Amino acid sequence: MNWNQVLFDVFPYVALTLAVLGTVVRWRARPSTVSSLSSQLLERRKLYWGSVAFHWGIIILLLAHLVVLILPRSVERWNQVPARLYALEMTGLALGVWTLVGLGILIFRRLSEPKVKAVTSSMDLVLLAVLTLQVVTGLWIALGYRFGSQWAPAVFVPYIRSLLSLQPRSDLVAALPWVLRLHALAFFVLLALLPFSRLVHILSLPLGYLTRPWQIVLRVRPRSVAPPLPRP
Amino acid sequence: MDVRAHLSMLLHLDKCIGCHTCSVACKNIWTDRRGAEYMWWNNVETRPGTGYPTGWENQQHYGGGWRRNDKGKLGLALHSRPKALANLFFSPKMPEIDDYYEPFTFRYEDLITAPESDQQPTAIPISQITGLPMEIEGGPNWDDDLSGSDIYARNDPSLDAVPKAIRHQLEEIERVVFSYLPRICNHCLNPSCIGSCPSGAIYKRSEDGVVLVNESKCRAWRMCVSACPYKKVYYNWSTGKSEKCIHCFPRLETGQAPACAHSCVGRIRYIGVLLYDAERIPETAAVPEDRLLETQSDIILDPSDPEVIEAARVAGIDDGWMDAARRSPVYQFVKEWKIALPLHSEYRTIPMMYYVPPLSPIMTTVEQSLIRLDLPDEEVDFELFHELDKARLPIAYLAKLFAAGDEKVIRRILRKMLAVRLYKRRQSISGEVDETTLRLVEEAGTSVTEIEATYRLTTLAKLAERFVLPPYNREVSIESLQDPLAHKGEVGVGYMRPPRRGS
Repeated sequence: MNWNQVLFDVFPYVALTLAVLGTVVRWRARPSTVSSLSSQLLERRKLYWGSVAFHWGIIILLLAHLVVLILPRSVERWNQVPARLYALEMTGLALGVWTLVGLGILIFRRLSEPKVKAVTSSMDLVLLAVLTLQVVTGLWIALGYRFGSQWAPAVFVPYIRSLLSLQPRSDLVAALPWVLRLHALAFFVLLALLPFSRLVHILSLPLGYLTRPWQIVLRVRPRSVAPPLPRP
Repeated sequence: MDVRAHLSMLLHLDKCIGCHTCSVACKNIWTDRRGAEYMWWNNVETRPGTGYPTGWENQQHYGGGWRRNDKGKLGLALHSRPKALANLFFSPKMPEIDDYYEPFTFRYEDLITAPESDQQPTAIPISQITGLPMEIEGGPNWDDDLSGSDIYARNDPSLDAVPKAIRHQLEEIERVVFSYLPRICNHCLNPSCIGSCPSGAIYKRSEDGVVLVNESKCRAWRMCVSACPYKKVYYNWSTGKSEKCIHCFPRLETGQAPACAHSCVGRIRYIGVLLYDAERIPETAAVPEDRLLETQSDIILDPSDPEVIEAARVAGIDDGWMDAARRSPVYQFVKEWKIALPLHSEYRTIPMMYYVPPLSPIMTTVEQSLIRLDLPDEEVDFELFHELDKARLPIAYLAKLFAAGDEKVIRRILRKMLAVRLYKRRQSISGEVDETTLRLVEEAGTSVTEIEATYRLTTLAKLAERFVLPPYNREVSIESLQDPLAHKGEVGVGYMRPPRRGS
């Protein structure tokens, strides 16, 4: 087994297992540690410029990656018209830059604001480093290997699909440039870090808020006196 | 009718001496922890003043409470539901730490470890967040007793209601006036903190109305901090969870009054059960501005009414609670004597803590540019009774705080309180009450019996009369979840895991 196989055949499953099991354990056994750990109370100006740009940028980019993965044919068909291809790639590049700027502001804020620094853990720094790697390699690919949305459906999607169908084929990525592989690897690392870092807050996206009633009332005491329990 | 019980507090502001004992009692029990140092679940403000956090009443700025739209429908002032999700990454109206104050301590160890020198060693102030030396620029009661100037008072958002001429008078040194306003969470019937929480982590207990944050469900979206118009939900920057006044429910469940009430030096606080009709909450919260006070008072039910008693039985309210409701001192102040009001009912959260507004002395009487000092005390009071506008604390200001701007209500209450004072003074000085005073009693819309009862509960009531605590029957609810026999020999049932900061 060579390095390529370890990193692209085995590691993705290790990362996924860690992500799933770790999250389930943390969610059930230590729910009081699950939080987005917002530091807006301590500093708000830089957070505004950093957090909004970073979050929206990376969410839209992540969804775009998902679209390529799920509908590669449609993306290929969209890209047949050069104008549409350019529009797509330009949008992606702009979003990438926006995300990187946001991330840069967030890192600067975390290191320069004493109050924010006081609530920074080493895991936060690791996370910021991996995220930076993720975004920078992404931008590198967008600029250096034009045009990602054109070749990815044929070159990269088959590998991800092989992972998802539990028949990993690391040979599909063995010959790809190292930046591409690093980009994929960074994602797997983030996946593995999910339950052990504040990343876990992604999973608490509160969509239920859109439909729940305004007020929540809990009954601590039974409506009437409960009947005696049977003795063991 | 869906009858529910509520444990409410009444704060008699005419008795508050602004000593902060309540705040300290609360702090020692609940918020003396990392991340919570800046929180004062109970705080005492000097009013007029900007309060804590600074300018909390400015809802244009903080976006707290509910707003009624032109069609009469109620919505959060802070956000619509989709907007809440869009604002997850940055909550635009959330206060910053400096709106409260940066918590500080002093480096006391320097006092004993400093090297020998010609100067006395000093303990320099350090931030409780960063641990670094800091310049102290604020505190939770920075403008206590106006801090010797009216700069803070001038920025009080509620002063907007006071006419310009009176505001100018307030700034004159001889006419400076202040009173105290202790505040805890109002444990509202229509809490906007619950309504704003994307995670659905905040809830109201149906048995006693206490509003709590579930620390296991809170995800630090921090909308509650902005949405609470009283700014009584705080964000713990260390654990990354929101926290708020829990009305000392562990004390209530064991038959003790909340720490703030129990420790009160001036004995201004009363605890009692109020019954309310939960079905009427939505309509009550959405009535037009001029009917707010009346409907918010109407939602509280009479515990002696047979219809209410029957509905309460159906709703499963314990007899002990009904008995407590009938003896509730809060009910007497709020519903029978009608001299207590909620704070800022116009926020439409239906707050359940009530205040008896403070009386204030008459302003110096000026006649032909000479200050008249020869007026005997009793006559000054009579003068005040007939000309409440001469009271130092402007009626318009009190109305803005407690009556959604309705000055008539404040006048009625102040007259009643003055009637009690004048009646009892006459009685204790001359032994009998003269015609003028009796006429005045009638004019105030009260009676001799009511005056005697008000006087008794205000001044003489002992602990058991001030805190009428209902039996919680905790054993019953525990038995429905756990079999006590199976847990024989163990200490307590279940355990708690305090929240700690995740990685």
